[in-house]
Amino acid sequence: MQSSSTRDLMVGVFVLIGLMAIGWLSLRIGGLSLSREGGLVLFATFDDVGGLSRRSPVRIAGVRVGQVDSIELDEDLRARVVIDVQPDLELSIDTAAAIRTSGLLGDQFMSLEPGADDLLLESGDDFSFTESAWSVDALVGELVHGDADLESE
Amino acid sequence: MLGPVRRLGALAVARIEGLGRMTVFLGQVGRAMLRPPVRIGYVVRAVYDSGVLSIALICASGATVGLVLGLQLHNTLSRFGAEESLGTAVGLSLIRELGPVLTGLLVTGRAGSAATAEIGSMKASEQLDGLRMMAIDPIHFVVMPRALGLAIVMPLLSALFIFFGIFGAYLIGVEVLGLDAGSYLSRLENAVDFREDVLQSLVKASVFGILLGWIATWRGYACEPHAVGVSRATTSTVVTASVCILLADYVLTALWGV
Amino acid sequence: MSGTAKLRPLPGEFNPLVIRAEAEVAHVELCDVDLAFGRRVVFEGLTCRFPRGRISVIMGGSGLGKSTILRMIGGLQPPDRGRVLVSGQDTVGLGESAMAQVRRKLGMLFQNGALLDSMTVFENVALPLREHTRLCADEIAHQVHDRLQAVGLPDVDDLLPGELSGGMLRRAAFARAIVMAPEILLCDEPFSGLDPPNVSRIEVLLQHLNRALGLTLIVTSHHMATSLRMAEQLLLLQDRSVVSGAPAELAASRESAIAEFIGEDGAEFLARHLESSPQGSKP
Repeated sequence: MQSSSTRDLMVGVFVLIGLMAIGWLSLRIGGLSLSREGGLVLFATFDDVGGLSRRSPVRIAGVRVGQVDSIELDEDLRARVVIDVQPDLELSIDTAAAIRTSGLLGDQFMSLEPGADDLLLESGDDFSFTESAWSVDALVGELVHGDADLESE
Repeated sequence: MLGPVRRLGALAVARIEGLGRMTVFLGQVGRAMLRPPVRIGYVVRAVYDSGVLSIALICASGATVGLVLGLQLHNTLSRFGAEESLGTAVGLSLIRELGPVLTGLLVTGRAGSAATAEIGSMKASEQLDGLRMMAIDPIHFVVMPRALGLAIVMPLLSALFIFFGIFGAYLIGVEVLGLDAGSYLSRLENAVDFREDVLQSLVKASVFGILLGWIATWRGYACEPHAVGVSRATTSTVVTASVCILLADYVLTALWGV
Repeated sequence: MSGTAKLRPLPGEFNPLVIRAEAEVAHVELCDVDLAFGRRVVFEGLTCRFPRGRISVIMGGSGLGKSTILRMIGGLQPPDRGRVLVSGQDTVGLGESAMAQVRRKLGMLFQNGALLDSMTVFENVALPLREHTRLCADEIAHQVHDRLQAVGLPDVDDLLPGELSGGMLRRAAFARAIVMAPEILLCDEPFSGLDPPNVSRIEVLLQHLNRALGLTLIVTSHHMATSLRMAEQLLLLQDRSVVSGAPAELAASRESAIAEFIGEDGAEFLARHLESSPQGSKP
């Protein structure tokens, strides 16, 4: 029989490992943010969000900086996307939001392309410039017909 | 002519009476948790018996299930050219279903049966009566720590199982079948939601743990006080707890979808 | 059928013990108790008294319910009907916590010891002290070693019950039963399976506890010689009922069932024993 202090230690380590696994699942995989209230919440309106969905990543230069919180239809029947990005980001008000695809058939994500203005976006602001999703159909059409005017904007 | 009907009635009454006793027992165990002294040492021992000693089993099973899932889902997904979604498919199935359910079944076989056998043999050898005669409540002293131990251990082991499952599928998908490592994990992260999936997984595992703690200790506590009774009770724990876990899984999944 | 056949002393024979026992207050009393397991009736209208500060030995063939009487006194087996009085308090139908209060007055030695497998002998004996007293660790260790010494087990502190022989197990259990200094000690077959030196050790210990502390002892046994030597009151279980009296009375009884049970050896032994100490076993 093991002495009880060894056992206590092993139980402690076990509980710690278990809690770490739960933490990993919740924070990393599940995307639970412990500092939710501090996030920068921004709005972007698109004609077509394509395959973008809740929890799709928001990237700047390919680096993940936040995620899509919700997608709703506004009064003008356009898609209104709420995103939640890191609060310390300094985004100028002429930053553009675009919906892009990783690879040809990959997931869709929102890409932010920083502008040059001195004024910064604050929580609750809308993006002035947005670029809708490119559908595969449209891309194929462009390739086949060489049709240049396919951008859905 | 009325004989079979009467027997059916007697059987139904006996079943309902059994359920009633089980419910009273659960109440006693619950009260025992709140009553001082807190038997932290015994709870730690129970966590050691049902948790620490199950780690190897859970990790090995989790990794194996992950490997198999990786192979099988890759095979299926590749028919639709969607191999890149392997991370999503593996993660969601492990987190939402396989992790909690398989952990529940494994812990039932590994630790639940042991708890029943231990309490049952303590009853058979008059150890529970001995405690009573020392004015020590066996529910507080023996049953409660073990039930609590099983309930604590289940979500922790389930999370470990999922971790190793995802790791196993990663090995197959990325190292063997040549998927992109970054896309495996990022797909997984994008697809899994905390409230929808991870929380559901943790709630399921906790409910299974409470169910198992309840059933395993009850079967031991109520077993007939001899060797045959103990072995029957042990078998019955494995059967009852497994069925209850599967049923509870369905109910929880259905409720979560609403 | 009358439950008790109380034997009167035979004419011309004087036994001070009987008179004293009858005049005394019963410490434990079973009144008109019925008990059946399924269809098997064990007791019907059982009535018996165990006087305070005396050694009562319950004898009888196996399966007649010797242990069951002890279990009823301890509240482990509720009777179907009737009353079980411990210090005058009816314990039938008491809740677990009220019963726990009654049990603090009781010590019980189970036939197979009933020590907790997962704890060492020391922890087993220390358990009641740790649960019910606020003694410091040193004081507990002192008391535990005191009791273990008394039962002749000085060096078994760190052994698990599974590592002890049957006799050592019984003695360790005995140490646990007396560690809280109970008023009433219930012993289920304390002598069975022990070698002669240990039988006499336990016997001496029981008598010492009885004399020095005034402990009420209720013992079941089919160890004839020891029972007859120790008993101040003897209860012979017969089918569903009990016959009680001082050993001398029963030995002299002409009733065939009793004579048969005690047997010639027993009667002879008793005669010799009583001759050598006419006052019985009391000082």
